[in-house]
Amino acid sequence: MTLVSDAASHAAPTNDAISRASTLTAQGVSAWFGSHKVLERVSLDMLANQVTALIGPSGCGKSTFLRILNRMHELVPSARLAGNIALDGQDIYRSAAPVTEIRRRIGMVFQKPNPFPAMSVAENVVSGLKLCGMKVERSHKDELVETCLQKAGLWNEVKNRLDANGGALSGGQQQRLCIARSLAVRPDVLLMDEPCSALDPTSTHRIEETIAELRDDVTIVIVTHNMQQAQRVSHYCAFFLAAENEPGRIVEAGTTDKIFSEPDDPRTLDYVRGRFG
Amino acid sequence: MSIDGGGLLLQAPAHYKFDDDVPMVVVTQRTAADELYRAGARAAGAITLGLMGLIGFFLLYRSREAFSSAGWRFFTEQRWSPPNAFGIAALLVGTIVIAVVALVVAFPIAAGTALYITEYAPLRVRRPLTSLVDLLAAIPSLIYGIWGAAVLSGRVANVSRFFADHFSWVRLPALQLSFWHWYRPFQTVSNAGFTASSMLAGIVVALMVLPICTAIMREVFSQAPQGERESALALGGTRWGVIRDVVLPFGKGGMIGGAMLGLGRALGETIAVAIIISPKFDIHSLLQPLQTGGNSIAAHIALRWPEQSAGGVPTSSLMAAGLVLFVMTLAVNMVASLVVARSRSGSATEI
Repeated sequence: MTLVSDAASHAAPTNDAISRASTLTAQGVSAWFGSHKVLERVSLDMLANQVTALIGPSGCGKSTFLRILNRMHELVPSARLAGNIALDGQDIYRSAAPVTEIRRRIGMVFQKPNPFPAMSVAENVVSGLKLCGMKVERSHKDELVETCLQKAGLWNEVKNRLDANGGALSGGQQQRLCIARSLAVRPDVLLMDEPCSALDPTSTHRIEETIAELRDDVTIVIVTHNMQQAQRVSHYCAFFLAAENEPGRIVEAGTTDKIFSEPDDPRTLDYVRGRFG
Repeated sequence: MSIDGGGLLLQAPAHYKFDDDVPMVVVTQRTAADELYRAGARAAGAITLGLMGLIGFFLLYRSREAFSSAGWRFFTEQRWSPPNAFGIAALLVGTIVIAVVALVVAFPIAAGTALYITEYAPLRVRRPLTSLVDLLAAIPSLIYGIWGAAVLSGRVANVSRFFADHFSWVRLPALQLSFWHWYRPFQTVSNAGFTASSMLAGIVVALMVLPICTAIMREVFSQAPQGERESALALGGTRWGVIRDVVLPFGKGGMIGGAMLGLGRALGETIAVAIIISPKFDIHSLLQPLQTGGNSIAAHIALRWPEQSAGGVPTSSLMAAGLVLFVMTLAVNMVASLVVARSRSGSATEI
């Protein structure tokens, strides 16, 4: 198993800006649903201010791994896990770890856009503040709404209808609204679980642009089934694979350039060339 | 142009010209089994509706004697001494007072129970707890009645006394005979007792409507979209945050609907109320729920039925009271199911 940091000598994009984002490190992560093991000893570094893409066929544990990264996995009643996840060196599964604070710092955007339907666009953006108990003055709220919508690339489309219902936006806009909502609580890491799979190509393109712009602020981990997307948006790639009746493992991880041009493992090459999965 | 053997119209009939861009008629022939099932289901539905109509008609028919005797005074008269002076006014007020007390008590308990079951309870106690609450509905109302009268009575009297002592200043604006008054629900006259009151009856009825209220709220809460719950959690929300921002906004309509279905039941509750209250027919006094005495249409009919079997206006007057109750509960239940139905389709936004 290759740790991404080992491969960092490859032409990885550098980040000169002062980093606010954090590095997320997974070591020996296994996961079960009941007695069914879905993930085995996965280790991966997700570097600060970089976009890491998790690729692989369906059912190989990518989404489970992603949900383990912000402690959403444990919400499934029969879910169990082993291993160590550290956010800037601190174990997020340590006993007495503040789980709500961890989830605030490691935000998540889901496959299906799910703005709160009872709230307006602006209320949706700041909804996280109330949820995680962040106090923001009223005067700063408008500013925050604008900043977050700007960052999510939605501001120009909704600035005249901030009071409109969040559910009235198009699917692509709703997904960007969800990104803006995640950004409002100032996360260090943003996890994205196939954020474009329910969207049309134009919206997908818009969200990919957003991802590129967000890199300055947050570390991004994205699950995607779209090889072109992984190639376009990510700096590092981890290829997950589960053999039949076996839990998912990372076959190979490295810079996106390497994974897509000269991977070490032939299975990786087959997958990124579209030969299976 | 032909119709195929199965009866499914595959092509436009001969008289259709293809340059006519009009919707064509599609005819599907049903199988015999389908026809039979359809007829059966339709008949069952018709019987239910027909029964409902028949009951309404029967009540209307049998109460005409009372209505022609009392006229519109039936709706304003407080006393009940047929055939001379009788009316529904006091009974109606008494019924509503008991139902409101029941709802005020049952609503928060039902909402709390439903939230606990859907949001907090560990999986292994969720199911037993649910059946336990549902089991409350299986206890005969007579048992609630005798328990309320024998066990709860003295304790509730103490609570009532406490309210009367400390909250008599509470006042609500109320419209009374075309001008505004203050209504002091906890005020009492000095010599009043606190037993056999609308308060006690209301509390007992609250226990009886608790299962249905809880069941509906539980159902609605559990339908709150998983996606929204997870996004609230992923934003750093606590369980309470999820309830406040996702579950309650989603379940609002269901909570109101559930409470109203409970109300429909509370209005018609008979035997427990009949056992508990000592009947009185004075609106002013009925509006003081802490004081001894109360009344409700259903309990009144039950209590008066044996002595009025002679027929004539006295019997007819009870039919008229029954008709009022019938119409009232029907209306409340219809509005309630409307609210519940609208909330499910309305707030379950499928994107």
